[in-house]
Amino acid sequence: MSPALLALVLTLPLLGALGAVAVGRHGGPVAVAAALATLAAALWLAVRVATDGAVSIAVGHWTPPLGIRLTADGPAVLFLATTAVIMTAVVLYAVHWITGPKAGADRDGPMVHTFWALLLLLWGALNVIFVSRDLFNLYVGLELASLAAVALVGIEGRRETLAAALRYLLFALTGSLLYLLGAALLYSAHGTLDLGLLAGQLGRHPSDLLALAAMTAGLAAKTALFPFHVWLPPAHAGAPPAASAVLSALVPKASLYILLRLWFDAEPDGAGPVGPLLLGGLGAAAVLHGSLMALRQQRLKLIIAYSTVAQLGYLFLVFPLVAAAGALDPAGGDAAWRGTLFQALSHALAKAAMFLCAGLIIEAAGHDRLERLAGTARALPITLFAFGLAAISLMGLPPSGGFVAKLLLIEAAFERGAAAWALVVLLGGLLAAAYLFRPLAAAWRSPDGDAPGFAPVARRRQALPMALALAALGLGLFSAGPAELMGGLP
Amino acid sequence: MSQWLPLLILATSLVPALLTFFLDQDQHRLRNTLNLGGALAKLGLVVYLLVDVAQGTFHEVRFDLLPGQFLLLRVDALALLFLALSALLWLLTTIYAIAYFDRKPNLSRFFGFFGLCVFATTGIALAGSLLTFFVFYELLTLSTWPLVVHKQNPESMAAGRTYLRYALPSSTVLLLAILWLQNLAGPIEFTGGPDLAGQDPDTLRVIFVLFVIGLGMKAAVVPLHGWLPAAMAAPAPVSALLHAVAVVKAGAFGFVRVIHDVFGIEQVTALGLGMPLAVLASITIIYGSLKALGQQGIKRRLAYSTVSQVSYILLGAALAGPFALIGGLAHLVHQGLMKITLFFCAGIYDERAGIRRIDQLDGIGARMPWTSVCFSLGALGMIGLPPMAGFVTKIYLGIGGLEVGAPWVIGVLGASTLLNAAYFLPLLYRIWFVESASGDRPGERPLGIVAPAVLTGLAAIAVGLFAGSAVSPLAWASLIVERTYSP
Repeated sequence: MSPALLALVLTLPLLGALGAVAVGRHGGPVAVAAALATLAAALWLAVRVATDGAVSIAVGHWTPPLGIRLTADGPAVLFLATTAVIMTAVVLYAVHWITGPKAGADRDGPMVHTFWALLLLLWGALNVIFVSRDLFNLYVGLELASLAAVALVGIEGRRETLAAALRYLLFALTGSLLYLLGAALLYSAHGTLDLGLLAGQLGRHPSDLLALAAMTAGLAAKTALFPFHVWLPPAHAGAPPAASAVLSALVPKASLYILLRLWFDAEPDGAGPVGPLLLGGLGAAAVLHGSLMALRQQRLKLIIAYSTVAQLGYLFLVFPLVAAAGALDPAGGDAAWRGTLFQALSHALAKAAMFLCAGLIIEAAGHDRLERLAGTARALPITLFAFGLAAISLMGLPPSGGFVAKLLLIEAAFERGAAAWALVVLLGGLLAAAYLFRPLAAAWRSPDGDAPGFAPVARRRQALPMALALAALGLGLFSAGPAELMGGLP
Repeated sequence: MSQWLPLLILATSLVPALLTFFLDQDQHRLRNTLNLGGALAKLGLVVYLLVDVAQGTFHEVRFDLLPGQFLLLRVDALALLFLALSALLWLLTTIYAIAYFDRKPNLSRFFGFFGLCVFATTGIALAGSLLTFFVFYELLTLSTWPLVVHKQNPESMAAGRTYLRYALPSSTVLLLAILWLQNLAGPIEFTGGPDLAGQDPDTLRVIFVLFVIGLGMKAAVVPLHGWLPAAMAAPAPVSALLHAVAVVKAGAFGFVRVIHDVFGIEQVTALGLGMPLAVLASITIIYGSLKALGQQGIKRRLAYSTVSQVSYILLGAALAGPFALIGGLAHLVHQGLMKITLFFCAGIYDERAGIRRIDQLDGIGARMPWTSVCFSLGALGMIGLPPMAGFVTKIYLGIGGLEVGAPWVIGVLGASTLLNAAYFLPLLYRIWFVESASGDRPGERPLGIVAPAVLTGLAAIAVGLFAGSAVSPLAWASLIVERTYSP
């Protein structure tokens, strides 16, 4: 039963993508059907894994090293389920956005023909990444996801979004090449690409350090780690809001996920104290730089995009928090591991909620410039409330998933006796409050006399970001279950 | 022992609040029924619990968050002191707010956040562990902001910004203090408290200072008090709630918990932390009064008076002696009753007669007798005129000071009383003895805004007059202290 569910989760989005291509510009209903079915399968799978443990499929009944094994363990199903929730909300949001009366696109343009296929393809690629343990399989998933993401950035075909998409492509391809280089070095040294078989072997061969460095650098560039983040703000702020939600919430998490698997499943030996410290330091720099840049933006979508740069920074603190002098030290790393996963998942939900809110505000107001947002609170109360709840999670205030993440990361920092990382987390929360307060306050103000009006937005569409924001809160309030699924440091 | 009672009490504020958000602006009757119903239900539950806990029962519910982290709600005597105050004043403030706002816009939003604010205060009262306390403490910050900026004009937006600028950094410091202490001693429950013996005293001192910064902002301890006068831009019911029940009291209550239930009096004394904190509280008492003297706006003078008066509670907790603690705890209730009366009246003056500055008060006593009598009761109580509420507090604090060998406390109380008189008596003089320039009588209507002020004014006399009876706040404070000192 459970392997079948896993197979469904992996194939349904891809089948949906094929179906969307087949029906052309009427892809909406196909996408909705595929999304709902995948969501149901992913949630069911998560429940099964929570009760019965991890689920595996050996593709074609060939086991590694000859074949490929796909495994849905606790962290994997959490990512699968979160992705399914976000994707479903985005699909339901985009159905109206593409075909509605004030549609963002030409009804017969390239947008309506390609959007659904790209979105579902991206979903399928992400799902493959979450269950793969084979470095080449992961590469295929990563490449597929990157290309679909780049295409989604440029889908509207405007000059500035095309430029952003090209820059994104450049970084993504460089990252992929570095990753592939590392994978090739590992294969030549160890004769396998399976992470499970590589465990304990990494570090024995002289080329391993180079391989690890190349893969880490490539994945960090794809995760937009400071200073490789320059592609992210224009790409995420320029894409249509439905695409931005997925790009910002999920795509960087996929490369991070591979990085975590590489470091903590394969446990490279002899990585030295410098690598983890460098990654953590860059993460801290990302938190500060992204937040300060977000403070200076005048457009809502740019604020949210720079916020992603900052929020991704927290995810790299896990490396110095787990690694002790010269080797990975699993003792006491559980809090850091769980905190990082909580941060990844709650940021995904909250950030997707925020971009959908921004999309609704743009539909209603026609723009997203802060100085002209006065009156939004009255015109779109549910949207603004959802934005506020998502902001609570990003600031790391209780009772949200972001709070639990912050709590665990600080706990880990204290256990490691490295309180400086705790201060980074706390300072980052304050900065997040500062940059998220600006759009909230701007929208809360009463409009001046002759302010332009707002187009109406249906309540049920405003409920979509609200559902995502509530999910981010729920992750904190009901954190015992997810925490158990995450387990300890692998 | 029941698991459901703490949850039920939280639900009486949370459920009406959440439902209220979904109501349309003109569903006045339904909204009012919901909010008053919730407030009444809560008051009923609190009365039931008062009887229960007086007999020595406890109620608690535990909720697992993460491995090793949990939320704990616990009804004990100290929790009930704060809970009873908030339940009673919430009901009266709801009545007042319904009459005050009448048909003004954005009422569903207002009452929704109002209910959330009371929900958070209830959670703070019931919190049985430091982490639980923090969760509700932060929720209080968040739910108060929409109330402060309710008018949505530039002035209130600026006040809201100031509020968050003080609140968020200080609660970040509080979180740091909590997690640091948890790292040393494990999750910290208020019963029994953590075992801190053997920890490095300097580390404990630093953590204690972090707690003082984290809690001191909400308790408006100098120099973290600047947000409070600014928050006067909020509507009168909000000011009343902020000053008497919710925000400042949450800070003061937190101090009592941290000093008595987390560190413990012996530990605080051994580390030499009680006296510096008492001095800080004394400085705040004097400074707040001096600043109040200079204010010409009624609400701003009341705000600085709050800065001064809340530190009485802090002083009582910091002196770390039984009498002082009784005085401080009783003042938690006494100050609430007196200050809410004053704010109710300030709101009526503003709303019915347009009076906001002190020089506009001339002769208002004859024109608005009910309001003016209540205002005078509140002011005289604050000064500490026997036998009113403030007098009882000051006596106990004074004895408490002598008891722990700090006779200078008497001097602080004396100076504060003189200053209280100096900033309240001129108002009373203008109200009752200066001729009014205008002869018209602004109506003291509707009943809904005057009756709560009369009730709290009478209560402020009653708790002082009947302080010796078995059901007074003072008696309850004595019960708490007895249980603290003889476990």
